[in-house]
Amino acid sequence: MATPIDALPKAPAEETAPPGLFRLLLRDRFALVGAVFLGLLVIAAVLGPLLIGDLATKLALGQRNLAPGSLEHGIAYVLGADSLGRSLLARLIVGARNTLGIAAAASLLAILIGGTLGLIAGYAGRWIGNLIMRLTDIVMSFPSLLLALVVLFLLGPSIVNLIIVLAITRVPIYLRTTRAEVLEIRERLFVQAARAMGARSTRIVRRHILPVVLPTLVTIATIDFATIILAESALSFLGLGIQPPSFTWGAMVANGRNYLGSAWWLAAWPGLAIMLTTLSLNMLSSWARTIGDPQQRWRLEIAGKRR
Amino acid sequence: MADYILTRMVYSVLSILGLLMLVFFLARLTGDPSHLLLPIDASEEIRQAFAERHGFDQPLLVQFGNFLWDLVHLDFGISLRQQRSAMEAALEAFPTTLKLAGVAMAIATLLAIIVGSLAASKPGGAFDRIASTLSLGGASAPDFWVAIMGILFFAVTLRWLPTSGSGGIEYWIMPITVLMLRPFGLLVQVVRGTMIGALASPYVKTARAKGLKRARIIFVHALRNSMLPVITVAGDLTASLINGAVIVESVFGWPGIGRLMIDGILQRDFAIVQSTILVTALTIFAMNIVIDVLYAVLDPRIRHS
Repeated sequence: MATPIDALPKAPAEETAPPGLFRLLLRDRFALVGAVFLGLLVIAAVLGPLLIGDLATKLALGQRNLAPGSLEHGIAYVLGADSLGRSLLARLIVGARNTLGIAAAASLLAILIGGTLGLIAGYAGRWIGNLIMRLTDIVMSFPSLLLALVVLFLLGPSIVNLIIVLAITRVPIYLRTTRAEVLEIRERLFVQAARAMGARSTRIVRRHILPVVLPTLVTIATIDFATIILAESALSFLGLGIQPPSFTWGAMVANGRNYLGSAWWLAAWPGLAIMLTTLSLNMLSSWARTIGDPQQRWRLEIAGKRR
Repeated sequence: MADYILTRMVYSVLSILGLLMLVFFLARLTGDPSHLLLPIDASEEIRQAFAERHGFDQPLLVQFGNFLWDLVHLDFGISLRQQRSAMEAALEAFPTTLKLAGVAMAIATLLAIIVGSLAASKPGGAFDRIASTLSLGGASAPDFWVAIMGILFFAVTLRWLPTSGSGGIEYWIMPITVLMLRPFGLLVQVVRGTMIGALASPYVKTARAKGLKRARIIFVHALRNSMLPVITVAGDLTASLINGAVIVESVFGWPGIGRLMIDGILQRDFAIVQSTILVTALTIFAMNIVIDVLYAVLDPRIRHS
């Protein structure tokens, strides 16, 4: 999408083309640090479990609640050990995989459900569209965590149910965006041309409408990812999310809460991991918003020249 | 206007009814509460007597009929654990949550307006950078973790504040701080964004040309025109404040409706779950209507028709 700023007459000193995305990222230090952290985190979550073997579950009762900061027991125990002597670093890496995996699955499911229903609500008849929108209103009008708690209470806690519940609470955002876009796109010339040429509704939606809507949904998903991580952590912290022996960062905090007075690191590290991840995601999306906003983009474009 | 409010109310009541029916049917289909509430070694006769007394042995439709009849009479049955009216327990816990949420939201909004306006008065300045980073941090922080770390520092290590419970002002400090963190972070960003727009508009230039003081331009001229989006977002956040209240109440042992609900869910206490859902849902729907009305009052250009 060309931003209006490109069309404006440029200042005489600035003859070069507007900097690319990567250059813009380098100019926002916060976003850059966030991107680097997220990159390392994803690498750790994907490759880490292969390297650490059974460290995350290996009991070592001799080093129960081992304090962090010493290399005496090897690098795996640099962040300390939990109440059963398991390496906290190893558990953080396994927890990262579960936390990010569940959030990613919930995001995908929410896009799938929200996108499909949004396409139907926007393209199909008025009656079905209204019904879908009213149902969305109900989901939206209820606090997401309470909704998730009630549904998990009814269905019972498990990873699959957790993903479904997290997806349900995020569906309205995708649904409403998709519907709004479809309502606009369906009146455009290329859709009308396709219809005039006798294309079926399914083909129009799949070949002409979906490709236009999908990028918007992906953009929202990246912004929404942090919210899903926070929601999952809260549910797991309350004991209604992931169930032992599986664990996520949120469940690790809940576990560490019992040893607050004697071993603060048990609750501190996983919470810090959640915080750093969501903060990085929010910094990145705030950077993306600045770039997408023509009134703000110049701040980053000239940032490199000032320094 | 009256028509609009009436339509909204009808929709709200229908939504709540739908929600309660969903909860009722799914809850009865997912497990027999007598298994959870009686000791494991309880005999079959005791179980049956228990189910009979609470009506769990009747056909689902009969149970649903009774449920609707009780609903009309605002009777949600007896809490299995507390041995008293569930609605009574919910209504008793509710004001505590309302107070907590109200105070937290008021402080968060006020602080966000001040910090956001000051940040917007010099975008890119030192204060703006600090405020933006802090607000991002507030919006990203997992509230349950902040609550636990707060307990660790201020209650366990420093012994300045009590770890949990309710009582005097010292019991309020940590729960309110944790609860307002996220709304504050999000609101600062909204205030800052709309204020930057407002401060660039011609009427601000006029005010500046007249020689008005900076504080007056920011807090009177620009702020008044930026209030609408702030109120919308604040309203949305108040509903989601219930999310935070559940967490904060369960971490700090606060006797509010959020904790009652969590306990009810963990103990499979239907009556409690249903009545807490009804009370919170009613409040949120009522609040949404109030916000819409407030919106029309504040901006005469908006007409709900």
